[in-house]
Amino acid sequence: MSLEVKFAGPLCSLQDSGRIGFLRYGVTESGPMDRQAFRILAEMLETEEEFNAIEVSLAGMVIQAEQTLTLGFCGSEFALSIDGEALPPWGVFTLPAGKILTIRAGESGSWGYLSCLGGFATDAWLDSTSSHLPSGLCGGYLQAGDVLVPGATSLREDLNCALPIPDFSRFTGSARIVPGPQDHLFPDGAKQALFQGGFTVTREFDRMGMRLSGASLAPEDALSMPSEAIIRGSLQVPGHGDPIVLLADHQTTGGYPKIATMITCDQDTTAQARAGDVVRFTAVSAEEGTQATRERAQQVANWIAEIPSHRGSLADKLNRVNLISGIVGPDGTPHH
Amino acid sequence: MIAPQFQPVGDSGVMIRFGDEITDEIHAGVLAMDQAITAAELPGVRELVPSFTGLLVVYDPLETEYQTLIRGISGLSAKSGTSREAREWVLPICYESDLAPDLQAVCDQTGLSSDAVINAHTSASYKLFMYGFAPGYGYLGGTPESIQLPRKTAPVRDIPKGAVMIAGPQCIVTTMVMPTGWWVIGRTDFEVFQPFADNPFPVAVGDTIRFQRLSVDDFMKGQKS
Repeated sequence: MSLEVKFAGPLCSLQDSGRIGFLRYGVTESGPMDRQAFRILAEMLETEEEFNAIEVSLAGMVIQAEQTLTLGFCGSEFALSIDGEALPPWGVFTLPAGKILTIRAGESGSWGYLSCLGGFATDAWLDSTSSHLPSGLCGGYLQAGDVLVPGATSLREDLNCALPIPDFSRFTGSARIVPGPQDHLFPDGAKQALFQGGFTVTREFDRMGMRLSGASLAPEDALSMPSEAIIRGSLQVPGHGDPIVLLADHQTTGGYPKIATMITCDQDTTAQARAGDVVRFTAVSAEEGTQATRERAQQVANWIAEIPSHRGSLADKLNRVNLISGIVGPDGTPHH
Repeated sequence: MIAPQFQPVGDSGVMIRFGDEITDEIHAGVLAMDQAITAAELPGVRELVPSFTGLLVVYDPLETEYQTLIRGISGLSAKSGTSREAREWVLPICYESDLAPDLQAVCDQTGLSSDAVINAHTSASYKLFMYGFAPGYGYLGGTPESIQLPRKTAPVRDIPKGAVMIAGPQCIVTTMVMPTGWWVIGRTDFEVFQPFADNPFPVAVGDTIRFQRLSVDDFMKGQKS
């Protein structure tokens, strides 16, 4: 039983929730660019532990299954079809044996997540199955001819569903940042410019980071800083003056000053922006950032709790509604 | 110990800084704090990343928050004596033939003979200050002043794994084929990064390394065995 990659655009890879605890040894955490979409997919497929998924880039992917499989997909708004027949952008569906699943860029977004029951069976490195792309350890970018083996065989048509795309999953054009940790190395003009105009997402955008262009934020005193540890979400400004938002595969240390750091939940939505989109920054404190990330996590949890209500056929859904309202008995016969 | 300064890094990080310069005293503060927080197992801490002058604590914002963590950490910094015993590693190194492509350039720029450069390099003890850039890529400090040179103006491609190279007061053993602007003065077959070993990173931050000179014949014998 396997799934064959017939086509993969650049930057598609296998990711789990990330390789935690080895940043101190120069190993970046990796994991999904959009962690909240990844988390939702795990719930859609009722598989939480050791779950992994194919992260599909804007460039898309084509897949064929050897055997009929239950698959799930979510993440921003991609266009999916099976042998030319369109599927809802977010949902769980059956891919019949031999049929071709095509995933293309849709209305919006840069990263989508595709997986099966139990994720894909693959060797782990340092307790994680995320491809460590900077080193090539634990797999590289997916390409045509690659074969993936689902971790569980079963078909679960009862999980099939079409889900509405939640607003909180979309790139909104704004992102919250906490000033620092090296904002003191920047002139006042740069610190003000950061919050005045918008910054345009450039084509220099991959799993390591996203280069923005806008007002020049060149630091005053760039090269006197000893190298130090970097966190995901950092807005690092090299000598060229363009901020780079560091993302899932960021380098673990660096000597360029960071003018600000994007809060966790806005990293996920900002990663869904595309080249040409404009992002505007607002300043928050660390405490406000944590609060916002917690509120988002609650929103996601509430939304996840609604997934079961979208499952099954229309008849199943009507049946559920009727059961709740007490019109239909347990054996399905109407009670009058 | 130097009193540290705390700074938030977004909604999921704390940078604990002990100074701005690369000194043993500042780094000792970083290491002591690293060990104290590791031992304390504070809730919500995901990663601890020591560097030359600071320690980055990465936390899960769903489990803890900046002020809570700072309070927990401040309580620890008053304590002392959690120090882990630093180990000393001896790495075999060959400074000969094509294993040392930049040795002659270092001689030319420092005015020293090749034996003098090699003796300077083997006489020093190097401390592992931090890992960064790539898995197992450790920044060693301690290159003697007599052989300190600024980086090359342009990087050279395809430097092999195991290259021992210097720039300024630093020294690095490469862990993979890479481009670099550092001066490659020798080669070791000791693997500072062992990706599939039980402990892929045998040398801990704070450990010291010394280099022991091998002839090219002995080095090649070691390679075969």
